[in-house]
Amino acid sequence: MQTASAGLPDDASADPASPDPSAAVVVEDLHKHFGELEVLKGVSLVAHQGDVISMIGSSGSGKSTFLRCINLLETPDSGRVWITGELIRMRRDRLGRTVPADARQVDRIRTRLGMVFQSFNLWSHMTVLQNIIEAPVHVLGVSRDEAVARARDLLDKVGLHGKEDTYPAHLSGGQQQRVAIARALAMQPRVMLFDEPTSALDPELVGEVLRVMRQLAEEGTTMIVVTHEMAFAREVSNQVIFLHQGRIEEQGPPDQVFGDPRSERTRQFLTRNP
Amino acid sequence: MDLTLMWESLPRLLGGAPLTLQLVGLSLLLGLCIAVGLAVMRLSRNPLLSGPAAAYVFVFRGTPLLVQIFLIYYGLGQFPALRESFAWPFLREAYWCAVLALALNTAAYTSEIIRGGVQSVPFGQIEAARALGMGRMQIYRRIVAPIALRQALPAYGNEIILMVKASSLASTITLLEITGIARRLISQTFAVFEIFIIAGAIYLLMNFVVSRVISLVEWRLTPHLRRAT
Repeated sequence: MQTASAGLPDDASADPASPDPSAAVVVEDLHKHFGELEVLKGVSLVAHQGDVISMIGSSGSGKSTFLRCINLLETPDSGRVWITGELIRMRRDRLGRTVPADARQVDRIRTRLGMVFQSFNLWSHMTVLQNIIEAPVHVLGVSRDEAVARARDLLDKVGLHGKEDTYPAHLSGGQQQRVAIARALAMQPRVMLFDEPTSALDPELVGEVLRVMRQLAEEGTTMIVVTHEMAFAREVSNQVIFLHQGRIEEQGPPDQVFGDPRSERTRQFLTRNP
Repeated sequence: MDLTLMWESLPRLLGGAPLTLQLVGLSLLLGLCIAVGLAVMRLSRNPLLSGPAAAYVFVFRGTPLLVQIFLIYYGLGQFPALRESFAWPFLREAYWCAVLALALNTAAYTSEIIRGGVQSVPFGQIEAARALGMGRMQIYRRIVAPIALRQALPAYGNEIILMVKASSLASTITLLEITGIARRLISQTFAVFEIFIIAGAIYLLMNFVVSRVISLVEWRLTPHLRRAT
């Protein structure tokens, strides 16, 4: 915990400027532990506009936790996160735990980050259309008509034209995940975060979701993708990060990481996960 | 069996139905308000809030409703402070004592129903709302409450039916609702069987209507659980 205090200014007025103010996401020296287990041991990342960053690694390497720290679904113990140049301010509570200093700032920053979960997490009591317009209307204050029009465009884009009034329970996993992507896109986020978006899908449904993600990447969407799909990481991303036991073991363009890994551990991982 | 007597007792017994419905309706309404407060307290992480709520549920769920009615109707008058308070004009009336006892009792059960409903909301759906920048209250209003309501509805339907039946205990403190009237008619005619059969049938009819209404509301609220058309 001694190292933790270094990254946590108690004085909010002393917000350090982002080391790279033009970047969409800057993460600096993130640490996180659950109980005794140290999941992240100082992980940093810079995502520029248009970057597609794939994070790979065996389960338990901390990649999902890292992604969830970016939008504060997990609270990091220490380290700093800037989203589009704005530092997420943290403070310590009475028990010495790190907590967000301003819940409203966190809510506001989250609207700039679209998140796609492994288990879709669509709202079961709402139709597809209601799922997509909920946050634009009730968080951003977009008019209903505008939100609906945009939702229809997005449904076309993810190949689900005509499914507006269907409930999530009546869709396949692949369709649900594409709705979840549309729901995230409806906020017009600056960055899309994908947390193993195809891991809960039957093999024959993986392709339809990857196709949508590939299309987003081609359109220049900034994406950080935690994935086990090596072909996707290799072909779509411009940067690959291999996490091992809470640290970045290797990082670079996909050709280098996949074609000529420097680290022996990366090599082993890639052999086991072709 | 005296069918004529049964037929003649029907309108007299039905005369008690409005009071039964009033007792049930008022105590359900009041009980629901208390239950929401209790459930919020019970779900709090602060033990100073969840503790008292748990104790309340423990006491009111663990003691007989009849004892609670007697305590309120016969017991409260012992305290001079209460007899002089603003509440006395209400608490000296059997009617309000019955409403209060029924309301306090149903509040305990209903708060547990609400708690169960809220806790059944899948965490992932809450997390998705958080990730989209929705605030705490917004998430409660737009996501948790609607899902919890649908989850809790069948159990709450049971609670309404139990309350319709429990209201018959109000007859023990002089109230002439359906059971009260039945007991009075029996003391005049000694036709226990005939009159209680009719009284029971009236309760049965009421609960039939309640269960149909609950099913209908449930059906309307859960299109996502029905098969796609």
